[in-house]
Amino acid sequence: MIRRLLTMTLTAALTAAPALAAQPPAGQSEFVPISQLPPADQLPAAPLLVGAYAFIWLAVMFYLWSIWQRLNKVETEMRALAQKTARR
Amino acid sequence: MRKYFVPLAAVATAMFLYAPIMIAQAPYESTMGLVQKIFYYHAPSGMVMLVSAIVCGVASAIYLWRGTPAADRVAMAAAELTALFGLIVIVTGPLWARKAWGIWWDWEPRLTMSFVGWLISVSYLFVRKYAGPGSDKLGAALAIFGSVNVPFIYVSVNVWRTMHPKTTVVPSLQPGMRGPFWFSFLALLLLYLLLMTARVHLERQRTALDELYLAEEDAS
Amino acid sequence: MIRVAWLILRKDLTVEVRSKEIVYTTLFFAVSCVLVFAFALVREGRGPEDGAAGILWIAVMFAGNLALGRTFERERQSETLRALLLAPASRPAVYVGKLLGILVLLFGAELLLVPLVALLFQARLLSHPFWLTAIMTTGTVGFAAVGTLFAAMLVRARSRDVMLPILLYPMTIPVMIGGVRGTVALLQSPPDTASVTMWIGLLVCMDVVFVTIALWTFEPLMTE
Repeated sequence: MIRRLLTMTLTAALTAAPALAAQPPAGQSEFVPISQLPPADQLPAAPLLVGAYAFIWLAVMFYLWSIWQRLNKVETEMRALAQKTARR
Repeated sequence: MRKYFVPLAAVATAMFLYAPIMIAQAPYESTMGLVQKIFYYHAPSGMVMLVSAIVCGVASAIYLWRGTPAADRVAMAAAELTALFGLIVIVTGPLWARKAWGIWWDWEPRLTMSFVGWLISVSYLFVRKYAGPGSDKLGAALAIFGSVNVPFIYVSVNVWRTMHPKTTVVPSLQPGMRGPFWFSFLALLLLYLLLMTARVHLERQRTALDELYLAEEDAS
Repeated sequence: MIRVAWLILRKDLTVEVRSKEIVYTTLFFAVSCVLVFAFALVREGRGPEDGAAGILWIAVMFAGNLALGRTFERERQSETLRALLLAPASRPAVYVGKLLGILVLLFGAELLLVPLVALLFQARLLSHPFWLTAIMTTGTVGFAAVGTLFAAMLVRARSRDVMLPILLYPMTIPVMIGGVRGTVALLQSPPDTASVTMWIGLLVCMDVVFVTIALWTFEPLMTE
């Protein structure tokens, strides 16, 4: 029992040692302000601009397509109905 | 309007193809740079959305008090277009805001009320589609309430201190920016008129179909 | 017109006093609503900061939605709405009568909800009763004005149970914002009376606009 406990403690200590030894680097001790973000960190504007315009095109095209679809459906029904009444 | 539809559609397409060229040549804005160019479509879309909401409200009022079926068709079309242009405003706005303000969205008066206006137009579409009998009048009342929202949206940026640019931005545009802005506005307005014509035509065909069905039932 | 409205109100209250169905169910629902929020948001015995105002108004709106649905469902079942409209009473008077009935119900619910929320979220809601009454009244009137109109219109519509919230909530978001912001300003210590007055002013404005439009449109809407 005691042996098992001692073996477990030794294994734990040995596996933890490298983790404890590889400490992360020390934290920042002070903040340094700058007035402008470096170019690498700034959000690129072009994808947002292109995305906005592309969305407008897509939305309008989709709406036009939906009107066209609905119009086709209504006109098909009208023709079918006209045929039915003509046959009678 | 029907006769001129195709030529006007050609004009609109040409305007939309030329607009990016004008916008690319416009000067950059000093604090926002390239992303500010979203303004040339975002602001006019907002103006068209408000115009459409008012059209819907007025048409609904006419329908409610006079019973003119044409007014109901116009109201239905205008509501769909309010939802469409509203969606454009709600998507292009945050894309601009992310770069200019650092956040996608803020619950400040204009954004909140524009979003609410858009929600009202979407709820109008739900009512017309799913509420069954009486949905035309129900939608009309909804549209009238919704159109009261419009002056508030317009005025809110001037009254409250907010991040959103004020309405004075448009009258005070510099010459280089004025051209592309009003050109884009005309293009979008023309697009709006064309889409309205097409949509009202669809409504008219649907009414005609319903009448044909009724006539057929009466005959048999 | 006032006499007609009063008669309708009396009719609704008499029916309600006999069965008490709507009163009990609405109150219980409102309390459960607040409890759900309490259990979901309270951490280590404390509610979220400024949460009390929002939770109070959400509970009022949910309870109001339920009350509106139930009141007009009752009208629909006995076809009494059609009878009311056929009666030689002016339509706006019918609207006002129904509105007053809903308001009585909602104010009753608020009488219970305000102390409950104050207790559960440790918010000093009751320390400025005059201001609080003003905010609650103007906000509830705005909500009920739109709600009564829409619920009356939906009596003959399909899917009315789901349509009422779809229609009501976007339209009454401005009223709710006014109510919540006003209540939050009131809960500051010391209370931000300038903000409170501003929000009450806005709510009054909204109430006037909504009630006016509702009175105008009730007649053409209820006619077949």
